Amino acid sequence: MLRVPGSKKNLLEAKAEGADIRILYSPLEAVRIAEDNPDKEVVFFAVGFETTAPANALSVIHAHRKELKNYSILTSHVLVPPAIKAVIDDEESKIDGFLAAGHVCTIMGNSEYHPLSKTYEVPIVVTGFEPLDVLQGILMVVRQLEANKAEVENQYARIVKEEGNPEAQKMIHQIFEIKNQIWRGIGEIPDSGYQVRPEYGGFDAKRKFQIEIPEAPENPDCISGQIMKGLKKPFECSQFGKKCKPTNPLGAPMVSSEGACAAYYHFSGLVEA
Amino acid sequence: MTDKKIRMQLQCPMPKLDFDVITLGHGSGGVLTNKLLDSGVFDVLSNPILDERHDGAIFQLEGKMAFSTDSFLVSPIFFPGGNIGELAVNGTVNDLAMCGAIPKYLSLSFIIEEGLKVSEFWEILIAIKGACEEAGVHVVTGDTKVVEKGKGDKIFINTSGVGSIHSKANISAKNIKAGDKIIVSGNIASHGMAIMSVREGLEFDSEILSDTINLNHTISSLLDSFGEHIHLLTDPTRGGIATVLKETAQSINLGIDMAQRDLPIDNQVASACELLGLDPIYVANEGLFIAFVDASIADDFLEALHKDENGANAKIIGTVTKEHPKQVIMESAIGGKRVVSMLPGEQLPRIC
Repeated sequence: MLRVPGSKKNLLEAKAEGADIRILYSPLEAVRIAEDNPDKEVVFFAVGFETTAPANALSVIHAHRKELKNYSILTSHVLVPPAIKAVIDDEESKIDGFLAAGHVCTIMGNSEYHPLSKTYEVPIVVTGFEPLDVLQGILMVVRQLEANKAEVENQYARIVKEEGNPEAQKMIHQIFEIKNQIWRGIGEIPDSGYQVRPEYGGFDAKRKFQIEIPEAPENPDCISGQIMKGLKKPFECSQFGKKCKPTNPLGAPMVSSEGACAAYYHFSGLVEA
Repeated sequence: MTDKKIRMQLQCPMPKLDFDVITLGHGSGGVLTNKLLDSGVFDVLSNPILDERHDGAIFQLEGKMAFSTDSFLVSPIFFPGGNIGELAVNGTVNDLAMCGAIPKYLSLSFIIEEGLKVSEFWEILIAIKGACEEAGVHVVTGDTKVVEKGKGDKIFINTSGVGSIHSKANISAKNIKAGDKIIVSGNIASHGMAIMSVREGLEFDSEILSDTINLNHTISSLLDSFGEHIHLLTDPTRGGIATVLKETAQSINLGIDMAQRDLPIDNQVASACELLGLDPIYVANEGLFIAFVDASIADDFLEALHKDENGANAKIIGTVTKEHPKQVIMESAIGGKRVVSMLPGEQLPRIC
């Protein structure tokens, strides 16, 4: 997160300039910091898919209970099913099957994926993260494709239940409501994000500090949208390995080692493109 | 506290001082400074050269020498398995040992943030004394400065050290050739994870201890037995073993092949890394070294290291190869191959 490029700088650069930016493993830690420092405003950057939403919601529930006035979250939560739908809907998309994110489904369950699989006739396999999980998930998708099937299967059954985690879902729905969301590289997808409900407005940093986030100009050279739709490979990008590297990423897929572009970069020069 | 540390505390009880925190006055060179140094530093670390209390240390050293320096900023300053004091001694002692030198003399400089408790400073001093005795080195010169609150972080320490090169040592990356075996002296990632477990905001319950220790006696004994068959010694502190291997591969323009299953790691450390999403090959180590040795002596080297108290978990982790120069390729636990690259940023700041 610290190195994701912003419009003018990234958080690491802001930290070097003196901003009090801390890495925490839990939003509840941010609540504690707010409690211990009543004269400081504490804003937790609440980012992620549905996986991290329950903990972030819980932090607001705690802060609300403690009647804290100096804690808020800056939300940028995105939802997986609308993103899958946006990718399949695109006529140019070359995606034949999906590995659904195992930890997202741990929270939300598998119910949202059945209609997608049926309508668009794509296999969707809920997959875990260990190497064997990924291999098995891929095998399950390939087997479906070869048998001309299109269903939702659960490879990560040791963790994921069909109904997900109802307690976590309750927490999310208590604090968040669904809204349209702009996705970097794709554009606006309807009903694909969370925002804090008005009744918890005091904990919504956007509302509290009247933040207007202008649409960030995408770097014109960054083709992350096409990469995510399977239309281009990272090395087909004009800036791959040139202006765009892990030390100076132009877009999200180059920042994290889990991003497609970063993964290709680490192997560049060793595999034939 | 270990038995050794308790004994040390009893041998050197904290003197009765009429102040319990260090203030700016203690660093300004006047009466207060003398009080702190006289009753503290000089008494605890006393030796004939230091006792001269001259502007610099005057001593005799014969032959080829090594010189090394390091600064220590670890936060928090007290962590499971040690404190910044022993880190400061062991760090420079080990760097000298990596050069193939017998460490002899250290300089010791403190930059103290005002408000540091004297009792904490004392505990750090005792740790320094203990570490020096274990390593067989002496602090012969030093400096103490105090900065205003907010301009430091409790205490920063710099140590520089000199030592004489072991008669049989011929340490240089230029000596590394294809076929050399790469040996790690013990379990990886322990120090980094010990720090993580007490780093504010990330605390978790564990019994992971930092592995900070002086390695010079171990190295000296290995040099006695294997001399110039030891091509390179290096200690993988910040950035972990991955960074050191990658840097070496790049500098010698040769490749390194290694396997994940060969890496020795304590179970608790491995679990903690997984919990926090950290890759152990990038996590900082302290009491650990990596040796590039001639293949012909690799097995004997390993056997000798296993008999040493600092090498019980040593393993051969890789081979230098003519293939894929400058690249470190690691075979993963399930048989796939991955490229080990440099981390673009800091996994965690101020771990040593």
